[in-house]
Amino acid sequence: MKNVIAVFQKELRSYFNSPMAYIVIILFVGFANWLFFRSFFMANSASMRMYFSMLPWLFMVFAPLITMRLWAEEKKLNTLELLMTMPLKDWEAVLGKFFSSLFLLVSMLVLSLPLAINVSSLGNMDWGPVIGGYLGAFLMGAAYLSIGLFISSLTQNQIIAAIISFFVCFGLWIVGESIVVFLAPASLVGLLEFIGLGSHFESIGRGVIDSRDLIYYLTVIGFFLYLNVKGVESRKWA
Amino acid sequence: MIEVKGVTKRFGPTIAVNNLSFEVKKGEVLGFLGPNGAGKTTMMRIITCYMPASDGIVKVAGHDTLTDSFKVRERIGYLPESAPLYLDMDVTDYLSFVAQVRGIPSNVRRERIKKITDACGLEKVLGKDIGTLSKGYRQRVGLAQSLIHDPDILILDEPTTGLDPGQIIEIRELIKRIGREKTIILCSHILPEVSATCDRILIINEGQKVASGTPEELATATEGNITVRAKIHGKDAEIRERLEAMENVIGCRVITGGGSSPSTFVLKAKQEGDIGQEVFKMVVENNYSLSELRIERVSLEDVFLHLTTKEREAE
Repeated sequence: MKNVIAVFQKELRSYFNSPMAYIVIILFVGFANWLFFRSFFMANSASMRMYFSMLPWLFMVFAPLITMRLWAEEKKLNTLELLMTMPLKDWEAVLGKFFSSLFLLVSMLVLSLPLAINVSSLGNMDWGPVIGGYLGAFLMGAAYLSIGLFISSLTQNQIIAAIISFFVCFGLWIVGESIVVFLAPASLVGLLEFIGLGSHFESIGRGVIDSRDLIYYLTVIGFFLYLNVKGVESRKWA
Repeated sequence: MIEVKGVTKRFGPTIAVNNLSFEVKKGEVLGFLGPNGAGKTTMMRIITCYMPASDGIVKVAGHDTLTDSFKVRERIGYLPESAPLYLDMDVTDYLSFVAQVRGIPSNVRRERIKKITDACGLEKVLGKDIGTLSKGYRQRVGLAQSLIHDPDILILDEPTTGLDPGQIIEIRELIKRIGREKTIILCSHILPEVSATCDRILIINEGQKVASGTPEELATATEGNITVRAKIHGKDAEIRERLEAMENVIGCRVITGGGSSPSTFVLKAKQEGDIGQEVFKMVVENNYSLSELRIERVSLEDVFLHLTTKEREAE
């Protein structure tokens, strides 16, 4: 655990010592507010539904930006060699990095809280879906981050890591969308709906916290973190 | 302290290290020498547990690198080639990260960092981002990082590449100072570096050991003879006769000097005895005068070139 914390702190120092973290957070908060308020007054309802329905798309772009450097840079600079010859287990490094990216994601969500407070001051807001929405956004963001982190471990090139992560997240999102499910063979419908990141998010976003959805997200996160450990280990398979 | 037995490392069809065995004793500074691409870095990566060998056994302080890699990693300080560091961290943050992972308790961490940065001459750059530092300073940060947990084994891969001559001397001095207490493997393709700092040298080429021994042993092993150049005033033919009559001399060649300057006698002699002294005595006994006496031992450069090009010629 001590090593997880050490890696976590190191990554945070790297994030906040360079402009990267600030740029990503400011851009995210700016985009989120702009896209939300642009249609909020037309909807004429004190609800955050609009906000939570666009978060998956924003995260799809921002999560890969957060994770792209985490392993790719270590590989490019060859610092991986130093890191992995210290008394540190592969999974400790993976978790430390994952938590540091999660910290950025949580900062982004926290900084969008004023938005919720603003909205609630304008009318009678139902907080249930808002809390559910935040929880869902957190889980979904974490799932995106675990995917991005894994993909970053496969390449030295940050840009490639970001682009591929985006497409994988996008793919996992749309397989559960109704248009894909509609076109798919009937035998696959149940599976696709279950795999798709979207359907689980929507039910949590309605304020219904179902253990199946929680387990789904935790499984996705665990699966990609596991792949990540294997990816880091791959240096040994020659 | 370090035992390498029959280690082979294959990357697909390429063999980077081929059935290599050697040993490093406690307190010894071993120069690991070879041309670029000889397999030095791969061997270091195997010893430091970055990657396993395809075959063979590596033991560090009695611990197997495969089954006991954690214990091995705790004992080793490692500076990989070209000192890879996190460019967007500052020096103190970086060193405290390393100290943290190396398990140095937080109450002594600051003190240890101070000690090590003083020893490596980093006082001036503590708060600076590593990315803004010169190559020399980065190399020192790399060295500080490898020393922070006071390891008994130190592995340095090309520690002076890219440095200017002044910095090279500084780093070598530092390594010599550290080398008094630690077991060190110093990888290099630069000969003066190795001969200046190491007790013993191991030369590898194309993944295989081609020679090992002290610098002097290696020089002797390659060519059993030494060359002596002497400028002696007197009758050339007479001097030559006397020189050739000496016990250890194998051959003599005369380069006649122009005008009043003396001729140079180039002797090939066996290693035994003190040939310099013998030549000098002969000069004195016969009332000649000597204006130059130089003994040329085979340099490490010759040994190295000889050993690493031999195979190619044979093919």
